[in-house]
Amino acid sequence: MAVVVVLVLVAVGSVLFHLLSPWWWTPIASNWNYIDNTLIITFWITGVVFVAVVLFMAYCVLRFRHRPGNQAAYEPENRKLEGWLAGGTTLGVAAMLTPGLFVWHQFVTVPDGAAEVEVVGQQWLWSYRLPGADGKLGTSETRDITPENSLGLNRNDAAALDDVVIEGGELHLEVGKPVKILLRSVDVLHDFYVPEFRAKMDMVPGMVTYFWLTPTRTGTFEVLCAELCGTGHPQMRGTVVVDSAADYQAWLSQQTTFQQLQAKAGTKETAQAVSAAPAQ
Amino acid sequence: MVDIRHGTGEQIGPAEVEDVELYHPHSWWTRYVFSQDAKIIAVQYASTAIAIGMVALVLSWLMRLQLGFPGAFAFIDAERYYQFITMHGMIMVIYLLTALFLGGFGNYLIPLMLGARDMVFPYANMLSYWLYLLAVLVLVASFFAPGGPTGAGWTLYPPQAVLSGTPGGKDWGIILMLSSLILFVIGFTMGGLNYVVTVLQGRTRGMTLMRMPLTVWGIFTATVMALLAFPALFVACVMMLFDRVLGTSFFMPAIVEMGEQLQHGGGSPILFQHLFWFFGHPEVYIVALPAFGIVSDLISTHARKNIFGYRMMVWAIVIIGALSFIVWAHHMYVSGMNPYFGFFFATTTLIIAVPTAIKVYNWVLTLWRGDIHLTLPMLFALAFIVTFVNGGLTGLFLGNVVVDVPLSDTMFVVAHFHMVMGVAPILVIFGAIYHWYPKITGRMLNEAMGQLHFWVTFVGAYLIFFPMHYLGLIGMPRRYYEMGETAFVPASAHTLNEFITIMALIVGAAQIVFLFNLIWSIRHGREAGGNPWRATTLEWQTPETPPRHGNWGKELPIVYRWPYDYSVPGAAEDFIPQTQPGTTSHAPEGAS
Repeated sequence: MAVVVVLVLVAVGSVLFHLLSPWWWTPIASNWNYIDNTLIITFWITGVVFVAVVLFMAYCVLRFRHRPGNQAAYEPENRKLEGWLAGGTTLGVAAMLTPGLFVWHQFVTVPDGAAEVEVVGQQWLWSYRLPGADGKLGTSETRDITPENSLGLNRNDAAALDDVVIEGGELHLEVGKPVKILLRSVDVLHDFYVPEFRAKMDMVPGMVTYFWLTPTRTGTFEVLCAELCGTGHPQMRGTVVVDSAADYQAWLSQQTTFQQLQAKAGTKETAQAVSAAPAQ
Repeated sequence: MVDIRHGTGEQIGPAEVEDVELYHPHSWWTRYVFSQDAKIIAVQYASTAIAIGMVALVLSWLMRLQLGFPGAFAFIDAERYYQFITMHGMIMVIYLLTALFLGGFGNYLIPLMLGARDMVFPYANMLSYWLYLLAVLVLVASFFAPGGPTGAGWTLYPPQAVLSGTPGGKDWGIILMLSSLILFVIGFTMGGLNYVVTVLQGRTRGMTLMRMPLTVWGIFTATVMALLAFPALFVACVMMLFDRVLGTSFFMPAIVEMGEQLQHGGGSPILFQHLFWFFGHPEVYIVALPAFGIVSDLISTHARKNIFGYRMMVWAIVIIGALSFIVWAHHMYVSGMNPYFGFFFATTTLIIAVPTAIKVYNWVLTLWRGDIHLTLPMLFALAFIVTFVNGGLTGLFLGNVVVDVPLSDTMFVVAHFHMVMGVAPILVIFGAIYHWYPKITGRMLNEAMGQLHFWVTFVGAYLIFFPMHYLGLIGMPRRYYEMGETAFVPASAHTLNEFITIMALIVGAAQIVFLFNLIWSIRHGREAGGNPWRATTLEWQTPETPPRHGNWGKELPIVYRWPYDYSVPGAAEDFIPQTQPGTTSHAPEGAS
């Protein structure tokens, strides 16, 4: 009997825990509420299946547990029942997969005219780069990284010279504007993770990865690293600020370009080397 | 279609091959240490796996202490924490689960359940165990090596696995880990070929493939998969070893490490991930399929009812095994691989849910209208279904590419895979040990200790891992030595972490009761007799218990029926052993 009680408790308790516990996702700040909706659909379908299977087991144990004189039925196969169950399962799976693939198509389709922002990961620090006045990110190369040029930008590329470089500071994004986040790492795997955005992607040395989003509300959000990157992994934090258009422009005008950094480095080379050294 | 239960008036032909003389041990050493008897090798495999598993258990305690009470234990620093999680994961997946299911249960049950005298290649079988032991020793050695074991996470992703920001990356840790895995794969290949050839060639007369117990089907399919999947791990380990020791660049692009340009260039870190998961995903089923098979037999035997839909169960095992080779990149949705792969891998991953669900239905339909004996093996089987269904369903979150995006690399993933490939298969291992211990030792395990062990383990493990999903839903990332002050993590989440840690300590302690029971019952357990569960399969029909070297006395058994003749209408008893000739009063009509 204890088994029956515990099985029922597991089924009912899990549902109650889901409904009553204080632990739920942090409020969303991007356009990816589609992801949240697919997750809710999945919770409903899987929840029903879980409760049904566990309660059915509880019923079986209660009804068919051994008593003297009992005999089990002898029924090796039941094609019809097996067919129905397989069909029903296929339907349930399709009900989850279809919206999932639909949303995934949106996820991999970056809208035309999305602004570009680059995030660069290194142990254990976030840096950022915005296209300058020309609206284009210049080329970069890990081999070109030096203490004065910590992101490895191409000095001979005009498009790179006007890029805005933010080393270890805050990234600002404009609310309501789609943005393609380009991801680059100079040492190991990292993952640019802002829970409120829902979207995230690994950064891999040797290649450029990306995802896109539209920030939907202003505010300050914490950046974490979500791919194990060594002992400093939990300390690899940063900040993203989503601004109104006016605030964003005000902030942008105060940032330094690659060219300005280079000029400064020429005069204060030693000071620059210290600030470019990886912080821990 | 052929009847799967028993052919009417079937004639069993004479043996095609002469019964071969086995190698007979001449001394204590060749009988118990360098033994070529699969049953001894099974016990050696199982004992070694359980011993190293206890190390992994202690490691899990240590990591949980840090997560529940960060900073309270000064000796658990960040480096050690990452070493603990890495070794815990690798030991549990490879050196405990894989070794115990295939090396332990595979060795013990395949020859006995198929009516063979031993494995087909006993000498290679012995070597298999000794290479496994060597692999374990090399792994353990890394705890004592300069710099300690690797802390790269059990996935060992380069480049960090071989760089100085990771414990053991520039010391001995990663070298010993890779070497140990290479040894393990070599050893496993010797054992694995044995299991496959024995299943295909070593069956006794009348034991057709479709009369094999599902235990053997599960172990057999898992072994075939392992033989195909482990080579990917093997080459990945060799390549990374070359990168680390010889300075090659298979997985190493141009890298600036702590401001210094490294002498690598052109390699691909994602290539390693493809190789790793081409092994790693089948590995999940290499652990799961033997568990599926064993639990089917436990449920059938202890519910006194034939397994429901035997042929469907066999095909489901085979289909799951095949499909599991084309789903690997669902571990890599946010790895930076071409995102269009997501469409394909999400679809294959969700398709695999269908044969898996069929297995679950058939287990619970076997309970339905059964005669359920709530023995310890049955209790563990029921607990397995609950945890496996729970963990399988959360797999539908993570397999559905877009839902995976927010959840990947969070505690949700940790909760999911512990539920589905940690707790669930281990519950089957416990059930299987309570079930076959009487055959292995001749004595029953103590019931009271077993009940305590069961309730604490089942309820405790559920209380650990069910709430853990919600930490991931909050957004709490995995592999964090400490959360620190993070705005989106409420204080109540830390309280939940404390609760989980306390439960983990309790569940761990219950395993000590189990270990004590295993040792205590060898001498003090109740005498079991040859067939205490009144089961049909061949291992319960041996002339002696425990079975002697050669298993079967003078004559090999002959099989006349499928392994699930429980509660056959009109039969004198509620089970008919596979060795009993003749049909019963209920002649089967066609094949249904």
